[in-house]
Amino acid sequence: MNKSRKQINTTINGEDYTHEVEPRLLLVHYLREVAGLTGTHVGCETSLCGACTAIVDGQAVKTCTMLAVQADGAEITTIEGLAQDGELHPIQEGFWERHGLQCGFCTPGMIVAAHQLLERNPNPSEDEIRHGLEGNFCRCTGYQHIVDAVQYAAEKMQG
Amino acid sequence: MIASSFEYFAPTSVDEALALLSEHGDDAKILAGGHSLIPAMKLRLAEPAVLIDIQRVEGLKGVSESDGTLVIGALTTHHELESSNLVNQKVPILAQTAGEIGDVQVRNKGTIGGSLSHADPAADWPATILALDADLKIVGSGGERVIKATDFFEELYTTALEADEILTEVHVAVPAENTTGSYLKLHQVASGFALTGVAVVLTKSGDICENIAVGITGVSDVPYRASEVESALAGRALTADNIAAAAEKAADGVDILEDIHASEAYRSNLAKVYTRRAIEGAAS
Repeated sequence: MNKSRKQINTTINGEDYTHEVEPRLLLVHYLREVAGLTGTHVGCETSLCGACTAIVDGQAVKTCTMLAVQADGAEITTIEGLAQDGELHPIQEGFWERHGLQCGFCTPGMIVAAHQLLERNPNPSEDEIRHGLEGNFCRCTGYQHIVDAVQYAAEKMQG
Repeated sequence: MIASSFEYFAPTSVDEALALLSEHGDDAKILAGGHSLIPAMKLRLAEPAVLIDIQRVEGLKGVSESDGTLVIGALTTHHELESSNLVNQKVPILAQTAGEIGDVQVRNKGTIGGSLSHADPAADWPATILALDADLKIVGSGGERVIKATDFFEELYTTALEADEILTEVHVAVPAENTTGSYLKLHQVASGFALTGVAVVLTKSGDICENIAVGITGVSDVPYRASEVESALAGRALTADNIAAAAEKAADGVDILEDIHASEAYRSNLAKVYTRRAIEGAAS
């Protein structure tokens, strides 16, 4: 193996991946260009907009601010991993039912961040939803329908 | 934005990390959560030839209490500090400060040790660590040493850490029952960094200020203890007038930063206003 390259092993959405990568490769580029999972978006590239959010070992992170080599051994969930058996995840369904998107660019990151939020706080208030999504920018909706979508999902997930 | 090429190491022990640091010297940078260093590398403001990722090093993560002191591992994330029951019970100003940093995703990954070592002049932790008079444990090839937070920050992005040293623990004495704290910050709207951040740790005896420590970040190249404010209020009644008069000294003798976000005059005023409000918050 080339000395400057590193082999990394990850589990993404339940599937095992092994690749040799340059250490400077960002996790978001690994997900999109190496693993072929383009649901995770490249937005601002400066740790602000949240479009690149994925869950790494249980924590929502901005994958533009993480090296792929840091994820060696990690279990990763991307937007592609949320729907099960052809059924939308309740958060995805909420965005559909409550019109939580317009152009859709921020939506994968928004949904993944909402996933972390509801895991930590299954019954959030409107303020808590807005606070929990502070790391994700949407330039279309004005956020109100996103809040509605997360509330829809919270109710549905509590059954 | 792609960083310059570098060689990457992921040691699993402090000794292994120190050996790598000794071998590569100034060419190497320590990577913790990466939320200060990776953005700088992407902008090529930092171009280390060697990156030593310490996230897999054993024993540097988590918070415990030992003999009235909270021992915080350098790799403890902001989120862990924000949500820790122990921290919320014993030193709530630490949890409050953690919750003011960046956003959820940043707090999930960024670490207290990384932030302190990076020493961004607008970072949040320095204010609170100064106000709590924390001790910092540093390990290097020559052994370990403990220094006061007040001796740690030297210049812009420069700390007392030598090239072959790593910050491993933050020690915070659990304050007495009659001690309260408050961290108050004005967020720069786009980045979330502190245009001004003021941490106040206040010990009261009735309405009298027995002891007060004020740490300020975002205002100068180097975070500082506002000692003029402290000496103006210590031993005096915590009246609105006394608090306001003391807070007026928040930027006394300080070289104030000026940038596109805030002029010198505005920052100086912010320091005074946020100091007054943070003292009022801690006193109420």
